[in-house]
Amino acid sequence: MKYIKLLISFALTFGVFYALNTKLGSIPPLGKFLNPVSGIWQNETDEAVIGEVAIPGLEEKVTVHYDEQMIPHVFAENEHDLYKAQGYLTAKHRLWQLEFQTHAAAGRLSEIIGEAALEYDRTERRRGMDYGAEQAIAYMEQYDTETLRFVQDYADGVNAFINQLDPNNYPVEYKLLDYRPEAWSPKKTALLLMYMTKMLAGYDDDLEYTNVLRQIGEENFNLLFPDFFDSTDPVIPKDTDWSYIDVPQTKLPESQAVLDTIAETIEKPHPDNGSNNWAVSAEKSVTGNPILANDPHLGLKLPSTWFVMQLSTPDHNAFGATIPGALSIISGFNQNIAWGETNATRDVIDWYKIEFNDNRTQYKYNGQWKDVTLRVEDIKIRGKESYKDSVLYTHHGPVVYDKNFKSENEHSGYAMRWIGHDGGNNQKTFIELNKAKDYEDYVNALKYWNAPAQNFVFASTKGDIALWIQGKFPNKWEGQGKFLMDGSNPENDWQSYIPQEFNAHTKNPERGFVSSANQHPVDENYPFYVFNDGYETYRNRVINTYFNSKDKFSVQDFKDLHNNNHNLKAKELVPYMLEHMDISSFTEYEKTVYKEIKDWNFSNDIDEVGPSIWRQWYGELYKILWDEFDDESTALTSPFTYQTIYLLKNHGEHEFMDILATDDKTETAKDLFRIAFKEASARLKEIRDEDGNYAWGNYKATYVGHLLQALPAFSRFDIPIGGDRNIVNATSKNHGPSWRMIVEMTTPPTALGIYPGGQSGNPGSQYYDNFIDDWAAGKYHRLNFLQSNEANNTIIGTQTLTPVSYD
Amino acid sequence: MTKKMTNFIATIVLAALFSFFLPWWSVMTAALVTSLFIPLKRTAVFFVPFFSILLFWAVYCFMLSSANDFTLAKKISQLLQIGGNPYVLILVTGVIGGLAAGITAIFGKQIAAFSSKV
Repeated sequence: MKYIKLLISFALTFGVFYALNTKLGSIPPLGKFLNPVSGIWQNETDEAVIGEVAIPGLEEKVTVHYDEQMIPHVFAENEHDLYKAQGYLTAKHRLWQLEFQTHAAAGRLSEIIGEAALEYDRTERRRGMDYGAEQAIAYMEQYDTETLRFVQDYADGVNAFINQLDPNNYPVEYKLLDYRPEAWSPKKTALLLMYMTKMLAGYDDDLEYTNVLRQIGEENFNLLFPDFFDSTDPVIPKDTDWSYIDVPQTKLPESQAVLDTIAETIEKPHPDNGSNNWAVSAEKSVTGNPILANDPHLGLKLPSTWFVMQLSTPDHNAFGATIPGALSIISGFNQNIAWGETNATRDVIDWYKIEFNDNRTQYKYNGQWKDVTLRVEDIKIRGKESYKDSVLYTHHGPVVYDKNFKSENEHSGYAMRWIGHDGGNNQKTFIELNKAKDYEDYVNALKYWNAPAQNFVFASTKGDIALWIQGKFPNKWEGQGKFLMDGSNPENDWQSYIPQEFNAHTKNPERGFVSSANQHPVDENYPFYVFNDGYETYRNRVINTYFNSKDKFSVQDFKDLHNNNHNLKAKELVPYMLEHMDISSFTEYEKTVYKEIKDWNFSNDIDEVGPSIWRQWYGELYKILWDEFDDESTALTSPFTYQTIYLLKNHGEHEFMDILATDDKTETAKDLFRIAFKEASARLKEIRDEDGNYAWGNYKATYVGHLLQALPAFSRFDIPIGGDRNIVNATSKNHGPSWRMIVEMTTPPTALGIYPGGQSGNPGSQYYDNFIDDWAAGKYHRLNFLQSNEANNTIIGTQTLTPVSYD
Repeated sequence: MTKKMTNFIATIVLAALFSFFLPWWSVMTAALVTSLFIPLKRTAVFFVPFFSILLFWAVYCFMLSSANDFTLAKKISQLLQIGGNPYVLILVTGVIGGLAAGITAIFGKQIAAFSSKV
């Protein structure tokens, strides 16, 4: 009996221990997770802003003043110490995000989350993310050991924090998912830059276009997907003189697209990833100082994509938004210049069909067989054996699709040629921009930048404004890379690159302002082939119209433009639809909705109902119009909004207007307007019945979501902010202005900035999401640009990082 | 002081001490030690260490969390789907610690019984 009692009580005790010490499904190990000594209760605090911390490897003391927004103002004696301090402080405030993002970049989420992430990890590996990061490190090792040393300094700083961190104080997410941080390395910085490259230059539709071309033929394809729309308002003004360019576009070879049928393609970055930036010249500024603004549009995430810092040495003093994992300021200013980026959206991904030999060790190229290189991706999976994925590499790049992945062909595959794999020295551009004193320094800094191609806006205290579209661009033949190409034909390879000095740019243009909003970079007169890879067509026109509307602009005007909710897209279609739609069959309810949208002033403010009606109506319309491309068995894409609206207004009788499901009728655009309107009204009625109303704020329901699939407890929902995609205030449901900055080039510059988040990555900190309300209200925070290492009245605490003494 | 009271206090003191060098199951270790050296009878075997650790954890949690306006406790309470109330989370935490301690104490009692009769 006593044996049995002993055994039972032991089993119970062990059972309780096991249950509370083990992660069960998505439930964290509750004993570990909830105990007050080492569990989440230890995270119920803000980060320390005072005291002294010893950092191994520092040469001199580094002073960090924190202001009331929890922005660290860093004063270091040299650049090595500066980047050590940046690494340390970034880890201190954002450790989990810092590591998680690079795990995501490297295709290593299965290690943390388990098998559910395997498909994602395989996609990232096959996309060559890890390979690309290795190329970047190899490039730095060979050509630029100075930058590599700074990257190592940053790593040392991050590791100093990790090594000092008591496991009791690990960020909450580690406790929730039950794992530990690992050491940081320069390769992780390279992975972070790959992550940005994927986000901003990882979008393409080549394979979808190939399917579409096969299905509808060339004539229809060109009507639906033109290289240039009927009107353009490019980044580089239309009247620019290109006659100095003496390198010709690559000659058109006798090349045919390979019209394969591709069932499924890999996941793509968000198509709305983009941004606005602009600057006005001294003459066009009310105060006589140039003013510059930037607002990158990205997924709205917590912890935020951005972390604001002031980074200074005796030789330079920079301030602005950093990205955890990358060195120096990314979008910001120093004592002499200001800069910011928008995505240049150029086509730097092409696809090649590869034909293998029988045992897949060689592939056909130029009439011969060429060896493939095998790269085995070892994907660790939590609680399971590793998954080994064999990826074949050709001289084009990785064969992403083959018999092992989304394809059934034994002897062929599709290889990806992506500028992201080329290695490069992107980090140096930012390190140099942080120190730049004038236009020449800015231009020199940009030369190192390969990808993702960006529109770098510039303004200086000397009075210059400029904008360069910088990236490494293949000099393509007309039409190259629009569709899948034959990988065995050398003429289809990228033949050369556009020489960097011929990248499109403008300095102090006559119109007195520069701007970019992801639109077409240039007009047809630019002598190189630029393919329409999803260019924006609305924000750019609203911005440029605004700056042409009067002579002089102030900081307040800049704020107004950031928060401008004018819906040009709706304005270009709604009146036409209202005029041409047959409303004789409308019910009373539909007539009410009709009146509501008729009375709308095309402003996407939160209390308007017009934007919701428009969104619902256009959404239904787009769906029934492009029913031709709604096919689960083939990867397809449908035309861009601009061209869709153009076709509705100018080709209303075209065969594409017909709804395929109705055999007995042939619909035209006018019919589609009516059918879509009725569908939309019905849906809006449902929304009204469920939620009380369909005012835009409710309908859109903007949220900022935690990086772990918007875990509700760590996210913020129903944020009252207007705007939408294709609007200057580009805030859609979970995407939009992730950082808003306005800099006036006084001496020293005065700046405003805000982002939808907070400086702390800890959900237990009041600084986790404290900027969100002001951001939504269109407010800004003054960026307190300290000119010397002295705490003023805006400083709430000073922390000193000291070298480790070995005596 | 009654034996129950001695056990109650000793369990808290030991749990606090052990927590300096042991993970969360320091409360189980503490309950095991007190159940061996300060033996109790019947239901008290379970309930004394149960309430001892419940009190220890709940008070500690309250001190940490109230100093920060329960910012994180509210979120974790939402995360674990217990209504977003920080006090419920504090109670749940206490009960979890108490359960672990109480059940271990029963085991300790059986060890004592087993070895004394061998």
